[in-house]
This record gives sequence, structure tokens and C-alpha cells, in this order.
Amino acid sequence: MDNLGTIGTTEEQIELLDVATNFCRDKSPIEKVRALIDDDLGYDPDVWREIGELGWLAIAIPEEHDGVGLSMAEVVPIAEQMGRNLLNTPFGSTTLAAQVLLAGGTEAQKSQWLPKIAAGTAATLALQEDNGDWDLTNIDAQAVVSGDSVTLSGKKQFVVWANSAELIIASVKIDGDVRFALIDRSAISDAALRREAVIDETVRSYELTLDGLTVSTDALLDGARTRETLEAIDLAGSLIHSAEMTGGTQAVIDYTIEYLNTRKQFDKIIGSFQALKHPTVENYVEYEKSRTHLYSAAHCFSDQGRGEVAVRMAASQAHGTYSHAADRAIQFHGAFGFTHDCDAQLYRRQAIFKGALNGDAAWHRAKLSDLLFD
Amino acid sequence: MADKPNAAELKEYADEADAWFKENTVRDPGFMLPLTFMEVSTDQQFDFLRDWQRKVYEAGYLGASWPKEYGGGGMHSDYQRAATRAMKKYDAPIMINAIGNGWAGPLILDLGTEEQKQKYIKPMLSAEEIWCQGFSEPENGSDLGNAQLKAVKDDDEYVLNGSKIWTSLGDRAKYMILLARTDFDASNKYAGLSFFLNPMDVDGITTTKIKKLTGEYGFVQCFFTDARVPSDCLFGGEGNGWQMAMKTLEYERGAKVKPVGGYFVKELDVMDIVELAKNSKRGGKPLLDDPVMRDKMTQFMIDIQALNLNNTRRRMPQLMQDRPMGLPLMNKLARTDLVQRLTEFSLEFQGSKAGYYVGDENAVDDGYWHRSYLNSFSATIGGGTSQIQKNIIGEHALGLPKTR
Repeated sequence: MDNLGTIGTTEEQIELLDVATNFCRDKSPIEKVRALIDDDLGYDPDVWREIGELGWLAIAIPEEHDGVGLSMAEVVPIAEQMGRNLLNTPFGSTTLAAQVLLAGGTEAQKSQWLPKIAAGTAATLALQEDNGDWDLTNIDAQAVVSGDSVTLSGKKQFVVWANSAELIIASVKIDGDVRFALIDRSAISDAALRREAVIDETVRSYELTLDGLTVSTDALLDGARTRETLEAIDLAGSLIHSAEMTGGTQAVIDYTIEYLNTRKQFDKIIGSFQALKHPTVENYVEYEKSRTHLYSAAHCFSDQGRGEVAVRMAASQAHGTYSHAADRAIQFHGAFGFTHDCDAQLYRRQAIFKGALNGDAAWHRAKLSDLLFD
Repeated sequence: MADKPNAAELKEYADEADAWFKENTVRDPGFMLPLTFMEVSTDQQFDFLRDWQRKVYEAGYLGASWPKEYGGGGMHSDYQRAATRAMKKYDAPIMINAIGNGWAGPLILDLGTEEQKQKYIKPMLSAEEIWCQGFSEPENGSDLGNAQLKAVKDDDEYVLNGSKIWTSLGDRAKYMILLARTDFDASNKYAGLSFFLNPMDVDGITTTKIKKLTGEYGFVQCFFTDARVPSDCLFGGEGNGWQMAMKTLEYERGAKVKPVGGYFVKELDVMDIVELAKNSKRGGKPLLDDPVMRDKMTQFMIDIQALNLNNTRRRMPQLMQDRPMGLPLMNKLARTDLVQRLTEFSLEFQGSKAGYYVGDENAVDDGYWHRSYLNSFSATIGGGTSQIQKNIIGEHALGLPKTR
């Protein structure tokens, strides 16, 4: 089986890991995460500005477009530490939008948007529809080309951070083929965006009605590169989500351990009971496997063949592990675990949302099996 | 310290090793070869593996980085690693003297006297002197610290009384690393223990074979009845037995003493299982067309890949900062459990033929998978059960309070 990858790091990746570890911990204490749940915007604009100033949105953008010229491998430690501290901002959706532009954008589109994104402009994608299918080609939204104008119709769901994004990249079908349209946020009326009630309260997500929107044909991504564009969404998206989920897993296990080390029952610290200790160890073992897969996926990301295997392994492992570790975190906190005040639910809800957005563990395994056995 | 070889030197050595193992490796001697040192049951198997280890040692491909003055090759450990890679490449049989080369040898090289090093190391490498381990007792398994075999000093001898059990190669060994109680009034149970390099060929030590769940033999119970051993067999001083026993576990990581090389346990080749699955049918269709089996096999591939990559990540401190002990401590638990689940899974492929066993001509791969599954319990129980491993990880990597 020659499509199994290896693991390695870059110097820049490790430097960024150190910086991001401190930054995310300092900027996103849990009280602040909870305060932002009730905030319309959903994140601290000052922190978002700092993220832009640090150049983190520019990391995987080439220098010719004012980026840093590194790769997705260097994005991973940042996304990981953000997930670990529930520092939820448009970072993930913006990074992904840049990768989509790089995969399928024309030179003019890249020149127009990538320098802006590199400087801190938020962007997002509009992919999901009412059928709930993770197959991104199974969509009903339409676009009709007439002269140099394109008229869009249909509805998109789970357009995260659409409230903040200046650019929304939507998938539609033109004459039966999947295409991507760049929509300037200013062209979208407030009525076309409906805030969705989603299970992860730390994210902002919107339904987008495309009916009546028109864009120029210049705003369509290169139709000859649709396959590459879909692949970029799938793989870069999975890598970012895997990183965030792996960070979240670490945090929820640490949170559980802290409780097991302080709570007393029957005159004993409950962490001494094997009924709690052993499953916590099992979750920790799975977490370390997640992190190993994550940094392998980062390392192999741009390798043809190996990259996809590594990313899908990471995505499957990360989602399965995050879900289970957070599920047990609720249970092991006893009655307190059943409350909104207990942080375990934040992680459990986020794991569900991440899986919903990006494909759950079983979905990635199914994709992986085709790569491994056929 | 031996010099690190340059690329050309290393390649020359690796090529030689490759050629040697290509020429000399016997993979099918006409009888089933044990996959681990715990599975040696017949004289034929024992003689073959002992000869094989001697041959490898004499060719310079075992103990290549152990000190020359005691019988090793005195070379940089990169050389030994290259030799081990060649062994693996040709799927060479295991090294049989696991307790000697993996546990006793490093302990003696680390803490032994000059005389002990001169005496024990070379015949251990050549497998002329086989070693076994006497830790577990019939009444004290997971609670190793409570070992009760009694060692009473009498002049220049110790008199041993008690029993050790689950001793692999116990009936064939020249020496045993032995955990015995020298002080029954010590302040705690650990402080009363002492460690011995104990000769097995003395009056008063007898062994009884134990039949394993596989139907084969491979380990014994050892009875000590007024057995007298010289007092200089004591190692590390009276009362330090627990520390010595724990030290033997540390050498596995090779931090203090260069690893002897080779392997004592054959790793399961996952591709063999994938092949088996691909060649199996269910309901007239390829097994891997069945979505349930396909999903399970994929999950196993994810797990296997994670553990293989963990071995690389272990050597990357930049990715080990939060809980540096985590990966090293979990390796045994994760690996042995995975092998158990995977070999069990392989039986599911076989349909009705899962009912055959070693010895029947219709058995799939001569019963290899059944035997591997049943033998996998030696690794999830021996050397600290998986349940004890979880206590160790919980307490030492996660900082949870002790289970008492």
C-alpha cells in the first residue's frame, strides 16, 4: 500500500505552534467564549484584526498575491490551537476560501481577492443545501448565463460567518455542471440572509437565498478547474476541521481530567476509580492518534494520492474521537455535566457541528476505503 | 562512543547485511516457526531459533552496538538499525533470547560489575545461555509488588522457596531474572524485594510445563524448594528489587543502553490481512464489497497507520510537549490490543472455515490466524495487563490519582 504517508514538521510550523498556543490561550479564556455566545457578531473584532495583523490569513497564500508563501501545513497548528481554545472566528472559512480561489480562480479573481484576504478580509463558502448531502456535486442551486451576466437561484445552508464575510463563494449548477460563483457581500440584501439556529453556539451560520442575485460572468471560477476546486474544498476543508477538532479533543480531555482530579465522592478523588480512569485513558490514546494523523496529513497534504489518504484518516479519526471524548466528558461530570454551565457541552455540540459541516467519521472512512481497497 | 557512520559507510554495511540475510534467512524450515519468544514449544523450534540467533550474532548483526569488550560489535547504533532493517526486509525469524537481550543485558551493561559484564553478555548474545523472567507468581500477577517468593540469606548463599509462573522458556533457561522477597518486615511491600541473576541449574528448582489456550506449550511454572544460590547472584543490593525490575522496563526505549537489535516478536503484516480480506467471499461477492466489513477494515487501517506514525512522532519532541510520557507509555497497550482485535477480525473473513484449527489441511493459512488471535492474549496479559497499562497511563501521563 504505497499511498500511506509519513509524518514530519517544518520549522515555521513549530514556531507558529508556539506562538498560536500562547495567543489563543491568552485571547480566548472560557469566560470570553461564553460571553461571545450571546454576541451578535460572535467573535471579538479586535482579536480578528490581530489575527490579520499576525499574517495568519496570508500563510498559505503565495507571495505574488501578498501572502506569506507557506502551505496548509503551517495553517494546521494555528487551527489546532484555535479549536483547543474555542477561539471561533472566520479564520477557517477565510483560509478555505483562499484555497478555493487558488485552485479554481482566474488570474484576475486571484489578484482581486487574495491580497485582500491576506490582509484580513473575511470570506466564506456556500455549499450545503437542503438535501443534507456531503457530496458537494449533489446540488440544486442554479445559475443561468445570459450575455455577460449570470442569474442565480436556489438556497444555500450553513454559510458560516456570512455576516462578516466580504466574499461568498457559492456552488451552483450551470447546464448541469457544478460551477462556483464569487458573490460580493455588498450585493446581498439583508433579507437574503437568515441566521440559522445551529448546535454550535460559538459559530454564526446563515441560510443564503440566491434568488434574484446576479453576478458577472467574470465572477465565475474557471469551469475547467471544477474538479480541482472541489478537491481543494474537500481536502483543505477537512484538514482545517481536523485541526480544530483535534485541538478541541485535547481541551475536552484536559477539562475532564481536571474534574476527575478535584471532585470527591465516597471520600475519594473520583479519578482514582477505574470506571472513570480507564475510559479517559482510552479517549486520550485516541486523541494522540488524532494528533499523529493530523500532523501526518499536514505533512503529506500536497502529495498526490498520499495527501488525500492522510487527510481522510485525520478527518475520520478527529471527528470520531472528538465526539466520543466530549460525550464522555458530559457523562463523567455527573449532574453538572447536564447543565449549560458545564463546558463539556460546548465541545460536544461543536463536534456535531464540525461533522455536519465537513462529513462525519463514517463518511470519510467510506471515501478512504475506495482509496485503500479498490 | 562509536563514531556515527557517514552515508557511504552505512550503505556499504547495509548492503552487506542485506546480502547476508538474503543468503541466510530460512523462512520455512518445514515446521511452524514461533512468531514470538513466548511461543516456543517444541525442541525443534527451540534448536532452530537458538542456532539462528547464534548465526546472526556471529555474522555481527546482533549486539553490533554493544561494547566490544563484552562480546558486542562496538559500533554506532546506526549500523545495528541497518542490520535490523535487513532482518525485517527478509522476514527473518525472531531472536529467541528476549529476556536476556532485551531486559537482563541492558540492566547488566548499565549497572552491573565488570565481572558480571564479562560473564553474562557474550553467551547471552550468542544464545548459548538462555534467560527467563521470574516476576509473576500464582497469587501475585498484576500486583507484582506483592511477590512472595522467599530468599533467605544463609552464609554466602540465599535459600529460595516459593513459585514463579508464566515463565517463557523457563525449562530451557540457564538464568532467570528473579524478583524475590528478602525482607518480610520492610516498611512497605516494595522495599522488601530484591533482584537476582539466578542460575536455574541448581538443586531444588523444578519446572512444570503449562499448556496454553492454543493447545501448545511455551511456558512453565517454576518451583523453588530450598534451592541454594550463591549470594553474589543478588543484583542491585537487598531491598532494591522493585527499582531493578522497573528499570528493566525502561531499557525498551533504548535511552540508556543501545538496543541490542533484531526483534523478539514478529509484527503482524497488515497487508497479509488485507490480502486475506480481498481473497475472501461473502454471499458470493468479495468480502470487501460488504459495506460493514469494508468500514471495519478501514478503521483498522486508520488505527494501524496511527500507531506506525506514533513511533516516528515519539522522536519529535516538538510534537510531544504537552504530555511527553503519553506516547511511550501507550505503545504497549495500543499495539497489543490492536493486534488482538485485528486477528480476531481476520476470523470473521473465513466464514465456515473459521471453525478449522491448526492441524487440519483445510484450515486457512494452516490456522495461522486462529493461533495468532489466541496467542495475542500473551501480549495483552503478560508484561502488565492492558488494564494495568491503563492505570499506568492514567497515573503517569494524565496525572490521575492512584487506584488503591
